[in-house]
Amino acid sequence: MTAQVRSPAAPAVALAGSGRVKKTRRPARVAALVFMITMTVLWIVPIVFALYVSLRPVEDTAKNGYFSLPHGLTLGNFTGAWVQSDMQQYFLNSVIITVPAVIVTLFLASCVAFVLTRVPFRFNVALLILFTAGNLLPQQVIITPLYRLYLLIPVPEWVSENGLLYNSYAGLILINVCFQLGFCVFVLSNYMKSIPHEIYEAAVVDGASLWIRYRRLTLPLCRPALAALATLLTTWIYNDFFWAIVLIQRGDKRPITSALANLQGQFVSNQNMIAAAALIAAIPTLIVYVALQKQFIAGLSLGSTKG
Amino acid sequence: MAVHSRPRARGMSPRDRLIVGLMLGVPVLADLAFIWFPALSSVALSFTRWNGIGGFDQIKPYGVENYRIAATVDPQFWPAVEHNAVWLLVFVCFATPLGMLFAVVIDRNIQGSRIYQSVLFLPVMLSLALIGIIWELIYSPNYGLINTITGHNQDSNLVNWLGDPHLNLWAVLVEACWRQAGYVMILYLAGLKAVDPSLREAALMDGSNAWQTFFRVVFPVMKPINIVILVVTLIESLRAYDLVYINSHGPVLPGLELLSILVTQNILGEQTRIGYGSSLGVVLLVISLVPISVFLYQTFRREARR
Repeated sequence: MTAQVRSPAAPAVALAGSGRVKKTRRPARVAALVFMITMTVLWIVPIVFALYVSLRPVEDTAKNGYFSLPHGLTLGNFTGAWVQSDMQQYFLNSVIITVPAVIVTLFLASCVAFVLTRVPFRFNVALLILFTAGNLLPQQVIITPLYRLYLLIPVPEWVSENGLLYNSYAGLILINVCFQLGFCVFVLSNYMKSIPHEIYEAAVVDGASLWIRYRRLTLPLCRPALAALATLLTTWIYNDFFWAIVLIQRGDKRPITSALANLQGQFVSNQNMIAAAALIAAIPTLIVYVALQKQFIAGLSLGSTKG
Repeated sequence: MAVHSRPRARGMSPRDRLIVGLMLGVPVLADLAFIWFPALSSVALSFTRWNGIGGFDQIKPYGVENYRIAATVDPQFWPAVEHNAVWLLVFVCFATPLGMLFAVVIDRNIQGSRIYQSVLFLPVMLSLALIGIIWELIYSPNYGLINTITGHNQDSNLVNWLGDPHLNLWAVLVEACWRQAGYVMILYLAGLKAVDPSLREAALMDGSNAWQTFFRVVFPVMKPINIVILVVTLIESLRAYDLVYINSHGPVLPGLELLSILVTQNILGEQTRIGYGSSLGVVLLVISLVPISVFLYQTFRREARR
């Protein structure tokens, strides 16, 4: 059944324009065009509309509604959102949490995947299942005990000033790492399986130790998968809302995505400014969207086209 | 625990063994401690009663009382189950097929495919918090896009899309589908690109039309990815949380209750009920075991046989 599905060794990067020409009857083609254009227009409306509202002063929209001709556009909501809130701090929090979380996840996941694919070991499949299944659980299944655990586990003061994992950057990094590990182990072990055995046999003959075979041989060969996963993880962890809402109580420690909930309260009388703040928060993901879309899609494809 | 079992590979130096132990041990312990231990603790705690105050000696056995309370007393439980079921049905019957349709059409390389793909994919990159915020501009009763266009923006005839308990679940589901369809589209496109083109050509040459080719040839070949998409769809509808949180602006609005929201209400809300919150988590766990088992079975059954 699965013979026709490409192995993950050659990940299918889903991009339109692969050069296949298909004959379609004219009416069907026109119908398809009309459908896609309609949907595309419908799909972009919310974003364009949000941008439009965020560019208008609240006095104007309070009188005329959001769907009306503008009496002057302004960047005031964007500068206002930036100046009147702690957005700088929230962004900094996002960086402090996302960057180490992505690096640690990829490092640990590549270690596990390497051992599981390259060292014959009785519990290989069991461990792979453990990680994969862990990533599929809804977060809310584990949150109640996890929350208590975070209130219980003491950590040194240089990690968290209240001496607990709760309310600390370290705690948030930790849960993001643990939760994303499963997906990355799954993808990377599939990828590593496709590396030919002979390369490793040659390395063993040359006397390369296990660590050298991981560090100098496997990691460079996995670079495409690691790049794709890094893009995906950065977006996912940056966009995380749930962990930060529950495990970080103090507003000034929250990363930007979950801090949007705080800003919603702070600017409650000015939806235009909330929209502006939300769009500012989207800038990093929009950069990924423009510059690294291929990597992002390749990452998703790696996770799903396992035959 | 699996960590301590000896690797079978003979001839490994002690140093290599130590390294294998660390490379495997640290991540496995982390995963066990912070994912599986809490998951299993949920099950244990669900049979107890504990308001979170005081030490562990305050945890009292409670039998299946938490489950009884959920099923017979808690006025939010059955609405939450119903809303989760509606969410799931809308994802399975609408968002997912729509995403698949996008993928199939884009895969046929009609004019502008790249543009359609980029636009439809954009919401997948955005956080759900942001999606909730920008849709509020569309649903706003007095100022919003929909009410202004349909003329329901006067105080006398307002339609309160996010406030009305008969409407708000559907309004939030539109937001959720806006993102989910693009997500499914990307996953499905990856699968379609991987289908051997000669298979399709052969079917076309045999005289089947595009429709028949898709349903009789392409779709069956894509069984693995169809299952992945089904699993993703089911899990995402159980995880639904962020949009409801953002659109509720505080305690969950009537009409939007979800199991995931009720779980956190019991740890973050005014009164902490650890045992009860856990029992709701276990309900989620039991439901999610269905798609998880399906995925594990289809993915690992060949490996286990080896």
